[in-house]
Amino acid sequence: MIPVIVVLVYLVIIGYIGSVAYRRGKENTEDFFLASRSIGSLVFFLSLFATNMTAFAILGSSGMAYKRGIGVFGLMASSSGFIIPLCIFFIGTRLWAVGKKFGHMTQVQYFRDRWECSNIGTAIFALSAIMLVPYMIVSIMGGGTVLEDISRSGPNSAALIPYWLGCLIVALVVTINVFFGGMRGIVWVNVFQTILFLLFGVVAVIVISHNLHGGYGALFTKMATTRAGALLARDRIPQEEFWSYTFIPLSSIMFPHMAMMCLSAKKMSAFKNTVIAYPIAIMAVWLPCVFLGVVGAAVIPGLQNSDGILLKLLTQYAPVWLAGILGAGIISAVMGSDCHQVLAMSTMFTKDVFGYYGGLQKYGEKGSVFFARAFVLVVTVIAYIIALSQVPIFDLAVRFAFSGFAAMAPIMVAALFWKRSTKWGALASTIWVGVCLAATWYLQSASDPIGKDLADRAAAAARASAVRPGGAVPGGQRPGGRAPSAGPGNGETAVAGAHPGRPGAGSPSSVGGPPATGGGQAQASPGGPIASGPRGAGRKPGGAPAGKPPVTMVPIYPSLGNMFLRSQATVTIYGYLPVVPMVLGSAILMILVSLLTRPPSRATIDKYFSTETAGAPGPEPEKVLS
Amino acid sequence: MKWLLAALVLVVYALHQDSWLWANKTLVFGMLPVGLAYHAGYCILSACLMAVLVKFAWPAHLEHSVADLPETLMEADHA
Repeated sequence: MIPVIVVLVYLVIIGYIGSVAYRRGKENTEDFFLASRSIGSLVFFLSLFATNMTAFAILGSSGMAYKRGIGVFGLMASSSGFIIPLCIFFIGTRLWAVGKKFGHMTQVQYFRDRWECSNIGTAIFALSAIMLVPYMIVSIMGGGTVLEDISRSGPNSAALIPYWLGCLIVALVVTINVFFGGMRGIVWVNVFQTILFLLFGVVAVIVISHNLHGGYGALFTKMATTRAGALLARDRIPQEEFWSYTFIPLSSIMFPHMAMMCLSAKKMSAFKNTVIAYPIAIMAVWLPCVFLGVVGAAVIPGLQNSDGILLKLLTQYAPVWLAGILGAGIISAVMGSDCHQVLAMSTMFTKDVFGYYGGLQKYGEKGSVFFARAFVLVVTVIAYIIALSQVPIFDLAVRFAFSGFAAMAPIMVAALFWKRSTKWGALASTIWVGVCLAATWYLQSASDPIGKDLADRAAAAARASAVRPGGAVPGGQRPGGRAPSAGPGNGETAVAGAHPGRPGAGSPSSVGGPPATGGGQAQASPGGPIASGPRGAGRKPGGAPAGKPPVTMVPIYPSLGNMFLRSQATVTIYGYLPVVPMVLGSAILMILVSLLTRPPSRATIDKYFSTETAGAPGPEPEKVLS
Repeated sequence: MKWLLAALVLVVYALHQDSWLWANKTLVFGMLPVGLAYHAGYCILSACLMAVLVKFAWPAHLEHSVADLPETLMEADHA
């Protein structure tokens, strides 16, 4: 009950902040969508961070670490901590400058003006919208699931807040916040949200440590001698996958809501502290969660849904108020990014479709804001209705969206840095991304039986290991708390019991999380099944007993050798994630096709690149092209 | 200077792929697996790299080009 009260109080505060922002707002689109480009340094950093942090950073990261070990931090967090600030530094600042000079509010407005195109801009808009919509739906699904989970008094008791009501609460709060507050309301709320989930992890680690018998050192020393010891290294993460993941954060700057955040800064100096603090903030959120995920694998093994490991740890080793704060932290992460996604969708439709095709001239600024608000209302109602169906297809769509947006990054880089780039190059890259997504989707669907078979085999291996010695690592418990449930062999069940990286419908791990892939992957012998374990990852003397590694990757088309491999959760190309060829192919096409086609006019190139005219403001983009 | 910074960025990128620690389960400070400690340190290194880039490669010309615009002109343009 207490967690529910904490979360509800939090939601009321969010609603209140949104209403205050509404009273401060002006009735024009630049104010509604970009808070009049007036966001200061600290608020800019906290809001930008909230835009990109989702519930995955808390629940998904710990759940994935529970199954795949400490490598999850390097896989997703430290790579993001390096690539995202670089993107913001090199791309975000330039995007801010062209937005400020020429009045662009969306990426497509910029592309249309930069490359003197109309329909190609619409194609980029369509692909972006298709990839963003599932993200938004999954956010609501995740919020509903979290509220349902934290409102249960016991594992088998009925939820005080059922799934449908949880989704409704999240959708309502998001709608109120965006509808009334616009960008200003969202960023104010983000400040509160980011501080909450930055603090959560550290507090959780300290409190749990206090109640854990012997502390973390004793726990890990013991753990290293068991099967779960594999989680203390990267035995379950192949090097190819680890490297592939460094491409994923390129998506950050192509996500429309991230780009819009970059446009909202008052001064470019706001970017300075943001890019320096960003890696530290990522570490502050992810490190405790990944750490606790591995701790959870030792003290509470055998969870089917490992995304719930943090909640379980807190229930057993921390006071109940902390679980409430965790709930609020998760909901804040869900809503922080969801609000931005809804606003970004609204901005894109209002500016790239409604305004571009004559709505602005016909209905004016006030009419555009009215349209934007109506759109927010309609889109959240539709997203809520779809979320109720709990169709798992959206989880997959979100995973693909990360690869898709990452593969569109060369378009933005070319627009900003390469004078000779053309609209046809942009179109070729866009088509490439669309085709690759469709092909990956097809391969994924066609190989689902293989994935299921691998999951069944892993589950069987886990059941077999359950009868072998090696239960939970004794971790002690909170006085009066429940004893950790004994489960099958440490860590082994985590790999087998669940579908790694394939969270269930509405599972919080899917809430805006980066593409999670299957369990261990490894080098394959052509045409045959592959055992897990990274290349060259040998056992150190005194290390954990390895046991026989389960088969985790199988060629989809044996006649093509290892070209297309399938793990429990995902398709790879020679062991690399599809994002690698997608990004490289997109960049190559952008270059080749641009070189073969006519560049934009000299006037346009001068407008964006000439130092003599760099300071001269251009006309309203919609007026130029309509 | 530009090339030195570019090389620095590439070196930091390469350091992410710490294959030499892949199977190492040593605990740092008695409680932190070395692979986790390395990547926590990597985040700090990334922050330092960004501080260096901000100091020596900040695109100040963009800031100036916008700052040079008359406020009234920008407002009229965006309205």
